[in-house]
Amino acid sequence: MCRAVFADKIMMGRKMPEIRNYELNFGPQHPAAHGVLRMVLELDGEVVVRADPHIGMLHRGTEKLVESRTWMQCLPYMDRLDYFSMMCNEHAYCLAIEKLLGLSVPIRAKYIRVMFDEITRILNHLLWVGSHGLDVGAMSMLLYTVREREDLLDCYEAVSGSRMHAAYYRPGGVYRDLPDTMPKYAESKWKNAADVRRLNEARNGSLLDFIEDFAARFPKILDEYETLLTDNRIWKQRLVNVGVISSGRALQLGFSGPMLRASGVEWDLRKKQPYAVYDQLDFDIPVGMTGDCYDRYLVRMEEMRQSTRIVRQCVDWLRSNPGPVVSDDYKVASPPRQEMKSSMEGLIHHFKLRSEGFHVPGGEIYSAIENPKGEFGVYVVSDGANKPYRLKIRSPGFAHLSALDEMTRGHMIADTVTMIGTLDIVFGEIDR
Amino acid sequence: MSSRFETLVRILLESFGGSVSPRLVSGGAHIDIDAPVYLDVMRRLRDDPALCFEQLMDLCGMDYSAYENPPWREGRFAVVSQLLSVSKNWRLRARCFVPDDASPVLPSVVPVWNSARWFEREAFDLFGIVFSGHGDLRRILTDYDFSGHPLRKDFPLPGYVEARYDPEQRRVVYGPVTVEEREIVPRRVRGQNHDGPEDA
Repeated sequence: MCRAVFADKIMMGRKMPEIRNYELNFGPQHPAAHGVLRMVLELDGEVVVRADPHIGMLHRGTEKLVESRTWMQCLPYMDRLDYFSMMCNEHAYCLAIEKLLGLSVPIRAKYIRVMFDEITRILNHLLWVGSHGLDVGAMSMLLYTVREREDLLDCYEAVSGSRMHAAYYRPGGVYRDLPDTMPKYAESKWKNAADVRRLNEARNGSLLDFIEDFAARFPKILDEYETLLTDNRIWKQRLVNVGVISSGRALQLGFSGPMLRASGVEWDLRKKQPYAVYDQLDFDIPVGMTGDCYDRYLVRMEEMRQSTRIVRQCVDWLRSNPGPVVSDDYKVASPPRQEMKSSMEGLIHHFKLRSEGFHVPGGEIYSAIENPKGEFGVYVVSDGANKPYRLKIRSPGFAHLSALDEMTRGHMIADTVTMIGTLDIVFGEIDR
Repeated sequence: MSSRFETLVRILLESFGGSVSPRLVSGGAHIDIDAPVYLDVMRRLRDDPALCFEQLMDLCGMDYSAYENPPWREGRFAVVSQLLSVSKNWRLRARCFVPDDASPVLPSVVPVWNSARWFEREAFDLFGIVFSGHGDLRRILTDYDFSGHPLRKDFPLPGYVEARYDPEQRRVVYGPVTVEEREIVPRRVRGQNHDGPEDA
């Protein structure tokens, strides 16, 4: 409006061209859209007036599909929701079933779960800081973070046989105990003997030795990242005071996780509504001050340090406390192979579990965990069948992305990319 | 944790009486709200200083028409909200049955919690529940010209239409679905005690 008046003065009342906002289509195939996000931006010059994210390009109908699968068959779908924090999603699902069944989980399984939840958190935040750096011009970040992710994904592989879609947590515990050996590198066209020796140095012991070694060297690596970013002038110019969300607005908009904490609300489900063994571990919650993109970066960096602390405590505990890792209720968890082969009852249990699956008593439950991105919740409704009646997945990214319109208004178009990056969105969980 | 929820149920009983029937379900607090007072109750849940539900974490539709144990008779659609109080550290599940099965309409809670904007769009998209006063009730997850509401229990799993590339028209066209629905493990309902005799 004021621009039109200003232009009118220059034109001295002559007929002037009509100025109006134009719409820009962003995505769905755009490297900064973090997946398949289509956004219709209404622009006034370079300033965003309205942003309308169109989602659903990756909609696979998980909630419909699980209604026709047995409870156990639904578990691997959880990996495919937020495919950067695989095991955390499984955790929420397993907790919901365990609560409905009244099933108790062995303490060792709980520690293993917590350890892998935190490894997952580091995995997720590493990818986030790498790709966020890529978005705003710190091109080399991703190369470094992928190097560390490689080690952690090897832990995933060692324990579950899969680098991404682990399906490692089971109702009643975890699939199997931690392995005594780590997979090793072999010499190849690309890796000479010296490289292989260096890479295999930490891999000669068990998985726990490898994780302990990682936890010991990771804080130094984080310091290196911080020297690249934290006081970097360009990084701060792109992030400080961009996308500020006050604590009141953050609550209104359904924020959770680092997004809520950066706005100054001290809220972490691991502390406030502890699940598994989080109440026995020592860690701190970082909280931001202003709620801008830079605070969210700082919160996530500190979370990685705290996660390393938790991992170290879990390693110590797991070393000295051997024990069962899955429930001995064979109506839900598979009996050991030995028993399956030797006893008739074991055989029947195995057959029933693998054909009909277990039944979950009727009821409704909402179980939420602190996913790296925020509150990941699973709302389960069962009518006593061997399949869920309804499974609603509450993904943190869905609520965060719905606030993108409010966050981007009045910002330059280049800042939209920063804000998409700071939300830490993954379309697997948003579109489901 | 459960004692906290017992306190919450007691406070809910004090402030709403029996009208919302607060109770514990599977260890979590649960209320059922009647549709005419839905918006008022939701607003009070947020504003009451003894309750302080600042956050709406989730809102989803439900279709109870195929519920088997016991067979469902009353209202088909419901809207279930998961509320969270950051200051009081408790959760509440609020369920409201939608009065009319043929054209389900419920007031929107967007004025109370802005986070409901997309959650209600999703419930409209997947269940066909209309939220009056929402302002921007478009489809959100399904395709641009999709018809039907896929999470209703009478919607078949493979759907009705599928997309394919037509080399003659040189574009993507929709045709009737060619996938057959098959059920490998049948759905079976047993009673609460899964050692007990089978119903089927």
